Amino acid sequence: MSSRPVSADDQFYREYILDHYKNPRNFGRLEHPDITHEEDNPLCGDVVGMDFRVKDGVIEDVRFHGRGCAISQASASLLTERLKGMQLDDAKKINKDDVLGELGIEISPARIKCALLSLKVLKVGAYGLAGEDEDEE
Amino acid sequence: MYDVASVRKDFPIFDNGLAYLDSANTSQRPRQVTGAMMDYFEKYNSNIHRAAYKIAETATEHYEGTREKIRAFINAASTKEIIYTRGTTEAINLVAYSWGRANVKPGDLIVLTIVDHHSNIVPWQILAAANGARIEYVDIDDRGELRLDQFRELLEKTPKLVAFSQVSNALGTINPVDEMVAAAKRAGATVLVDGAQGAPHQGVDVRALGCDFYAFSGHKMLGPTGAGILYGRRELLEQMDPFMAGGDMIKTVRVEGTTYHDLPWKFEAGTQAIAEVIGLGAAIDYLNGVGMENVRVHEREITEYAYEALSEIEGLTMYGPPPSRRAGVISFTLEGIHPHDLATIADRDQVCLRAGHHCAMPLMTRLGVVATARASFYLYTQKDEVDRLVGSINEAQRIFK
Repeated sequence: MSSRPVSADDQFYREYILDHYKNPRNFGRLEHPDITHEEDNPLCGDVVGMDFRVKDGVIEDVRFHGRGCAISQASASLLTERLKGMQLDDAKKINKDDVLGELGIEISPARIKCALLSLKVLKVGAYGLAGEDEDEE
Repeated sequence: MYDVASVRKDFPIFDNGLAYLDSANTSQRPRQVTGAMMDYFEKYNSNIHRAAYKIAETATEHYEGTREKIRAFINAASTKEIIYTRGTTEAINLVAYSWGRANVKPGDLIVLTIVDHHSNIVPWQILAAANGARIEYVDIDDRGELRLDQFRELLEKTPKLVAFSQVSNALGTINPVDEMVAAAKRAGATVLVDGAQGAPHQGVDVRALGCDFYAFSGHKMLGPTGAGILYGRRELLEQMDPFMAGGDMIKTVRVEGTTYHDLPWKFEAGTQAIAEVIGLGAAIDYLNGVGMENVRVHEREITEYAYEALSEIEGLTMYGPPPSRRAGVISFTLEGIHPHDLATIADRDQVCLRAGHHCAMPLMTRLGVVATARASFYLYTQKDEVDRLVGSINEAQRIFK
């Protein structure tokens, strides 16, 4: 009755997404971070937090912690890889399309908040803003 | 002999191969319901209660006729006790504002339960904050059933109001409402029962139950969204002030003041959801045609089947009581797989599954989970839909292994 995509090349749960979910990069906490921020998505219970060590405007180290679905956690893991060694000012410029592009899969409207939760953590943390509108463009 | 296949023929949405396992969220509607609404739109669309022409009389007859169908369905004493609302949420808010603001005093106790839907918690929190009342919650035991020992202890503190659900939307637990209402009434409390998950599946006899208020939604029982019901004991409704004010809820309006309309119209201000109410009437006819006993038996059979099938899956945890004390709802989690990931995978197989906190965050916190997946059933659910859910779970476990 239903057709299931060939699982070896799963369009949504690609191997690298699952890998980042199961073996998250830069997972944990930093001691005495320069920036720390956490956000959650109460609707599905996803939580992502990030700690940053910043020196001379460069993100020297970053760690994330949290729990939730594969999309939210893989997205956070991928983002930390990109952020390490980046100028904080450049990090501030990372946008929605960058994050979705990095995930490389089609995200349905229902899951977009999962995919962008880590970006929200970065933005609110980097700008030192609390409660920035989550539906940012 | 109940024939689910012939019932399904009345639901065009199943023609496209959908496995719909989210009826606790909203049910599907049979042709008879949409047909009744289309009849109104195409043959006698007009406003009720005011126009002096034929089609408006027909509209009024159908609108008021549904009230009698609902009265009979829940065995209320009078149609004056049947108030149309947009749904359960509005019905509970009506009581919280109209009855609560006038009757709940500083220091009064309101007793709720930890399993309840946000719609039976938040209106009372707002009322408690406004009137200086306090709230205590009845906890659950390890099987997901309400702790009646604790409930009785709370009743000894003579609460002003006790509100709980007939069936938990998140766990499917059938609460012992007869016993609970009787005990709460003996303690002198006003009692509201949230029947959103009860009326569509178990049915109700409000007079036998003896509650003061009973709220439910049409859209969870084959009707359209936008039409729900508040049942209230006449004596209480008579004393209450209107919730919403405006057209149709008045007798006379003068610049010095207004006299309100009689029950039930005192609580029905403004132009009503006429088509939706007519659709709800058709939904009640449909359920009566099938027979609520058949609905109950079929759901129990499907729930037992699903419970057994899910029990065999490794790494799957179900929440709540065994099928004998459970309505057609199964909440579960999978080890290492977030419910939203499961729902996305199921969706690709055209299996509609709810994932999240089910508007019961206090319960999720109590269970120590952030979210669960939930499969829920109704009179049209087939075993093959449960099999397809099992297939999606297997697929999710394969992907995430």
